[in-house]
Amino acid sequence: MTFEPRIVGFLCNWCSYSGADLAGVSRIPSAPNLRAIRVMCTGRVDPTFVLRAFELGADGVLISGCHPGDCHYAEGNYKAMRRVALLQAVLKGAGVDPARLRIEWVSASEGEKFARVVNEFTARVRALGPLKAAAEPVAAAAD
Amino acid sequence: MSKPKLAIYWAAGCGGCDIAILDIEARILDVAAAFDLALWPCAADFKRKDVAALPDGDIALCLFNGAIRTAENVEMARLLRARSATLVAFGACAAAGGIPGLANQFGRDELLARVYRETPSTDNPAGTVPGPRTAVPEGTLELPALEERVRALGDVVAVDYTIPGCPPQPARIWAVLETIVRGGPLPPKGSVLGAGEKTCCEECPRRREEKRIRRFVRPHEIVPDPERCLLDQGLVCLGPATRSGCGALCPAAGAPCRGCYGPPPGTRDQGAKMISALASIVDSQDPAEVEAILAGIADPVGTFHRFGFASSLVRGVRP
Repeated sequence: MTFEPRIVGFLCNWCSYSGADLAGVSRIPSAPNLRAIRVMCTGRVDPTFVLRAFELGADGVLISGCHPGDCHYAEGNYKAMRRVALLQAVLKGAGVDPARLRIEWVSASEGEKFARVVNEFTARVRALGPLKAAAEPVAAAAD
Repeated sequence: MSKPKLAIYWAAGCGGCDIAILDIEARILDVAAAFDLALWPCAADFKRKDVAALPDGDIALCLFNGAIRTAENVEMARLLRARSATLVAFGACAAAGGIPGLANQFGRDELLARVYRETPSTDNPAGTVPGPRTAVPEGTLELPALEERVRALGDVVAVDYTIPGCPPQPARIWAVLETIVRGGPLPPKGSVLGAGEKTCCEECPRRREEKRIRRFVRPHEIVPDPERCLLDQGLVCLGPATRSGCGALCPAAGAPCRGCYGPPPGTRDQGAKMISALASIVDSQDPAEVEAILAGIADPVGTFHRFGFASSLVRGVRP
């Protein structure tokens, strides 16, 4: 059986989630591997969410928000960008390829770009292989 | 009438926790008056067999320090769990893996190869590596096997309470022991004892300002201003992501908080919270510049997860 990566996507309400919507209504094919989670802003994506997604079995995490300068909350996307840089350093230290975490800017009008980003990232994570050698059942979260 | 029994055990740790208990000074006599010692390898001559001979639950209180690194640590953790009515993960190593947990960035074989073969100072022509069994002319010698990973005490057995800190501060240890000696009520099982409910910053005497960091510095690079917040001065201080309880000893003395009291209440991963806080105060919106500023943080894993790597979310991420 071929490996189908599980990818969690944190998409901001104002830009990338609408971009994903546009990709859908425009019938632009994109990989079905992405599990989209709508957040109000990429600045809301606590680094804990990212680590938790990996812990619970994600093979890749995509964070996508408004282009620099376009954040609905002025600078949430910059915070997300800086968090990703630090998270990648920690992932690397833990033996995880930092390419499994990606941040992208997709506006509400960029349905085509959204599909391209998802396809490219899915291909990249597929090439990296499963994060965990054997998928173990994950106990229900206590927190 | 016999007194309740007290056990203090030292697993994979540095011994600082035992010293911290002795640092309650003359009040150790009150502890001796209230308890009969059942085990304290650091200070008394009881052996494993003495503990094994006790009925289950006979030890009223066991303060267990150190992480779980070897098969011996696992065995003693299970034995003491069975024999103790109340088992306390004492100190950062027992609570979260501590400094030894940083070894989990590597596997066991990698560690052994590095330490016994590769370091520049290693002189080991025979390639001797410690193993669980070694044949010598007189027979076979046995050593407890190294586990693949370092674990916190709570990952091996059920823990009733946690007293965090590297080491827990003597005044806090005494406050807990005094409560127990008096028969005072303890919070529900699973609680953290001997610590506060806020962050280290709440106890810190330094003056905080609007945080805007253009450059991170390491402690040896500057003489910090005695009044201002260390984080404001570019030192990576884990105060914002660390539980209160120590009295902000390190920052008050000019050394950034290293995070030994673990995450504050409601926080699952201390390192992730610190990443979140730091990323918010880096004063740049240019990706290349951000990268250059963040490169000033030496050893991100050892900085953000210094005491909790073995029990962090990253542990579950590692393949």
